[in-house]
Amino acid sequence: MELQLEEAWVEAELAGDFPELGLVHAPLEARPRKSPPEVKERLRALADRYTGGKVIHMRQDAVPWAYRVFSRQVGIDPDTDRTPVERIAVERLRHGGLKSENLVDDALTIAIAETGVPVFALDADKLAGELGLRLARPGEELAGVRPLSARQLVVADDERPVAIVLGEVGHDAGVTRGTERMRLCALRAKGVPPIAIEEALWIAAETLYT
Amino acid sequence: MLLQQAAPAVPRTLPDERAARRTLLDQVARLEDELAQLFCSVWPRKGFSLGVPGRGGPRLLSLAELEEVRDELATSVHHARRALSDRTYGEEQSRRLIEEMLLDPEGHKWLRVSNEDIGEPGCKHWHVRPRWSFIGMLMGWWRVVISSGCPLAT
Repeated sequence: MELQLEEAWVEAELAGDFPELGLVHAPLEARPRKSPPEVKERLRALADRYTGGKVIHMRQDAVPWAYRVFSRQVGIDPDTDRTPVERIAVERLRHGGLKSENLVDDALTIAIAETGVPVFALDADKLAGELGLRLARPGEELAGVRPLSARQLVVADDERPVAIVLGEVGHDAGVTRGTERMRLCALRAKGVPPIAIEEALWIAAETLYT
Repeated sequence: MLLQQAAPAVPRTLPDERAARRTLLDQVARLEDELAQLFCSVWPRKGFSLGVPGRGGPRLLSLAELEEVRDELATSVHHARRALSDRTYGEEQSRRLIEEMLLDPEGHKWLRVSNEDIGEPGCKHWHVRPRWSFIGMLMGWWRVVISSGCPLAT
């Protein structure tokens, strides 16, 4: 399996405050479908590795901690709006397992839980131009319905914001049943080693090709 | 004679906030680290407030907002550390009381210390009770009963 990793552009003002912030993305020829038994089994095995003590101490692990710090630095309370890996961990504790949704969501869950790196998928055919990280401009909206506040951190293509950093993906750019080509994206924050970012994307891609 | 007042000097460029912002961001990171360590130390105790409200992010915060976040984190760390210190002192007293209860049950009649009192998870408790109920009370036969296991959920 070949995965062509690309580095997204970062707006100068954002890079000024967060020089190590980045978005690594890779194109992928994969379509959403029901998860095969191997993926469901992997989710089950992953859920068994989570214990209360592990979840409590997770915030001291280097990678989850790096995203907690970044959340705090950009005005998010990570105890209320949890980072993706902590969201998965809390869901596991609440429901006693990780529920299988579909292959795309399951692949992202596995990649995030294994590495702690936030990973999300976009529909490659709905993107225009290069992906990047920037601040929202006055009056901009996500998917034409969700107003964005000024200076909000967004993932954008050449035309519009397609996702909120550490938040939701716009429905006009997200993966749907009709998606034929995806773009897997991983957010990099200060203190996260490049190998963790690559591993997250590889795990997600490998699971999608299961 | 009319004195001509000099116009106030206008800076040609705005002051660069970048250094101040970097310093504040580093301070926020360090305080978040301390808060995470405290969170792990506090567990499984209850009643600690470690929360610091968000600022409607993710967005690029202004210098003033970053200062607010830093100050609130520092306050939260300070309060949590002091509360934990007070709590652990009380827990140490409870541990000593358990030892005294075990050494001299008769001197600590009916005293009860739970796991929560010593900062441990679970429902275990140490209770000084008379052996054989009333007979034990009359004869002065006291002992420490260690009970474990949580009551079944109803």
